[in-house]
Amino acid sequence: MSAVFEQIFQVGFLAAIIRIATPLAFATLGEMFSERAGVLNLGIEGIMLLSAMTGFTAASLSGSLWLGVLAAVLTGMLMGALHALFTVVLGLSQHVCGIGVTLFSSGLAYFLYRLIFGQQSVPPNINGFQTLPIPILSDIPVLGPAVFNQFALVYMAILAIPLAAFILYRTPWGLSVRMVGENPRAADSAGVSVIATRFQAVVLGGALMGLAGAFLSMAQFNAFTFGVVSGRGWVAIALVVFGRWDPWRSAGAALLFAFVDALQLRMQASGLGHIPYEAFLMLPFIFTIVAMAVMSRNAVAPSALLKPFRREER
Amino acid sequence: MSAPLIEMRGITKSFGAVKANEAVDLSVAPGEILGLLGENGAGKTTLMNVLFGAYAPDAGEILIQGRPVRITSSADALAAGIGMVHQHFHLAPRLTVLENLLIGIPGKTGRIDRAGGLARLAEIGRQHGLTLDPDLPVSALSVGEQQRLEIVKALFRGARLLILDEPTAVLAPSEVDGLFSALRSMAAQGLGIIFISHKLNEVRALTHRCTVLRHGRVAGRVDDPANTTSSAMAQLMCGHEIVPPARGPSTPGAAVLTLNGISTSRHSGTALRDVSLAVRAGEILGIAGVSGNGQRALAEVISGVRVPDAGRMTIAGQKVSRFSPREVQALGLGRIPEDRMTTGLVTNLPLADSMVLPRIGTAAFSSKGLLKPDAIRAFAEEQIKAYDIRCPGPMTRAGALSGGNLQKALLARELAFDPKVLIVSQPTRGLDIGAARFIHEKFLDMRAKGCGIIVIGEDLEELLVLCDRIAVMYEGRIVGTLDSADATIAQLGLMMTGAEGHS
Repeated sequence: MSAVFEQIFQVGFLAAIIRIATPLAFATLGEMFSERAGVLNLGIEGIMLLSAMTGFTAASLSGSLWLGVLAAVLTGMLMGALHALFTVVLGLSQHVCGIGVTLFSSGLAYFLYRLIFGQQSVPPNINGFQTLPIPILSDIPVLGPAVFNQFALVYMAILAIPLAAFILYRTPWGLSVRMVGENPRAADSAGVSVIATRFQAVVLGGALMGLAGAFLSMAQFNAFTFGVVSGRGWVAIALVVFGRWDPWRSAGAALLFAFVDALQLRMQASGLGHIPYEAFLMLPFIFTIVAMAVMSRNAVAPSALLKPFRREER
Repeated sequence: MSAPLIEMRGITKSFGAVKANEAVDLSVAPGEILGLLGENGAGKTTLMNVLFGAYAPDAGEILIQGRPVRITSSADALAAGIGMVHQHFHLAPRLTVLENLLIGIPGKTGRIDRAGGLARLAEIGRQHGLTLDPDLPVSALSVGEQQRLEIVKALFRGARLLILDEPTAVLAPSEVDGLFSALRSMAAQGLGIIFISHKLNEVRALTHRCTVLRHGRVAGRVDDPANTTSSAMAQLMCGHEIVPPARGPSTPGAAVLTLNGISTSRHSGTALRDVSLAVRAGEILGIAGVSGNGQRALAEVISGVRVPDAGRMTIAGQKVSRFSPREVQALGLGRIPEDRMTTGLVTNLPLADSMVLPRIGTAAFSSKGLLKPDAIRAFAEEQIKAYDIRCPGPMTRAGALSGGNLQKALLARELAFDPKVLIVSQPTRGLDIGAARFIHEKFLDMRAKGCGIIVIGEDLEELLVLCDRIAVMYEGRIVGTLDSADATIAQLGLMMTGAEGHS
């Protein structure tokens, strides 16, 4: 058994956790911004898929990975704007519109991909992002190679966490976001535009979801497949609750999920072969359900979450 | 007095065919406290919403210090120096006091200007005696403190005119004094204040001048409220004289409801602690107290919604064993809950359905598991006629009725079955004088018929007029019971803060 543990806990394992956590961190922060403003975005799964597709396509056609990232971010913002148009401007049901956005984005992603690349026996791939070791820091034993010898997008995710916390807690715009998520009428009577603030927060959230999609198709898999997101968007929604709508806690939740996911990958590969691998695949999701059940009891959602704002209503 | 701080001239605002405001003139001078009086639907709220930018007037103009201004949003109103304290506070409970103040205020170099906010808060605290802990979440504040925060918020944004919409409705008598002294201090420093209220004694104590609205028009002005009688002002509001109902002597019979040592767990809200009381037939017992001192738990126990941990209760001499709404109702209890809209009736269903809801399973309205729609409709029609409930018909959506008509409907629903005991919470909250008068008369009729009535309320004047005895609740206990003939508002107010009374 100790040999198994040795195999599991090594530098490569830590690096894997960070890598798995990256798209989840982007997606979770994106969903958090949206929900803090009072808008549940169930479109996340589809937005990530469509962004992964547009990012991959742009990179593949232009040869520039960063142009691909830009395309993915713009896609995320556009789909965020679509969700905001339905739920914020028109005040429609957030559940229904979110699922609609996911179905629409997924369908569009499959359709455009087929249109552009046709049906090929071997799916096309690209030369994705390479690891970018940070001088000096990457020489730190264990931590160095695990954290500071990663893709550029990983560093962006790490920087996004304190940045998100700063925006949310220290800037007037962040205060407006929190206020429109708690009591939109209070924000309105203080002269803050509820509609504009919510719209912006959902679009910002979409941009972060776009980054999550970009990471999957351009750094992790270097290809676009229909299973490239495979539920990570839904997991992010759970992680926001688990992280109690706070950037630091949400990022922590993403890391914890990534740890369990990395662990099950190692367990699959580590000679516990008489157990069907599907059993290990379930582990992170079982963990999510248990963690949600335990932690979400005390979690208090933003008061105005799911509630559209119309000025005349009392 | 100097030139008006704000002047509204010829304001007219219609909603469809209804003229909510018609050619209304109003002005407030610096340092002046103006009372704005009127019954529900008289157009007070519409007028203030026009001033605060929520509605655009159809005609008329608003002048600030003699200059005409256009106010089309609350942001415009704030910029023009108008602050409003709404009846329902506009605060985010989970954010801190300071965050609630800083919302919508541009930061310094992209960041929230915490130091500047703290300095401004301290300054306002010094000027008007309105102090608050900046880092406490709003949810930790009392209702009075939340109101103080709303006032500070308006001042924080540089308001020179403050509108307060029924600010005393949520306060204890002692808190009212604090509010009034703060308002007087603000007026003394040159601010203008518009004070909206139903409570004529408060208007007389506080304001310098009053404008009275009726049916959307200015019905009259009172230049010296302190020396004008309440009944003269009430007459201006209603257009006719209002005679308070006379509560004749009564000879209470046997106890119809008794509570003995009732205690509840602290599940939600204030728990009851060893509450004992008795209501006799033909008697009205008032329960006074600042809201949140256990009145809700008391009403819930008596209505059978909440099961007490200890103690016993009897209705018409029979012991209540299971504490279910059906059981207490079968024993002869009628109830009118505190919140008409959430626990009183189902706002999205037809009025007729709501009117039979508590008795839907009885033979009168259903048989063999099927409803009797004709019987339900006939019952509702009968009650609508008997109680003069103004609505298009029994199939109207209940939520579309006005507060006074809803309260009549709830009253009709309970009284139709001749309850032996009736428990009502805040029976006239939000109702105008005419509707309140109607409700009071019905209570007195029931009293004469030998019904025992418990009235839970915060309006001490109302309780003194209506009740034979008044019990005062504080932190889940009954601190004392007074005969209303001997009780004074001052004495009751003192007991509401926990001082023991003589029982």
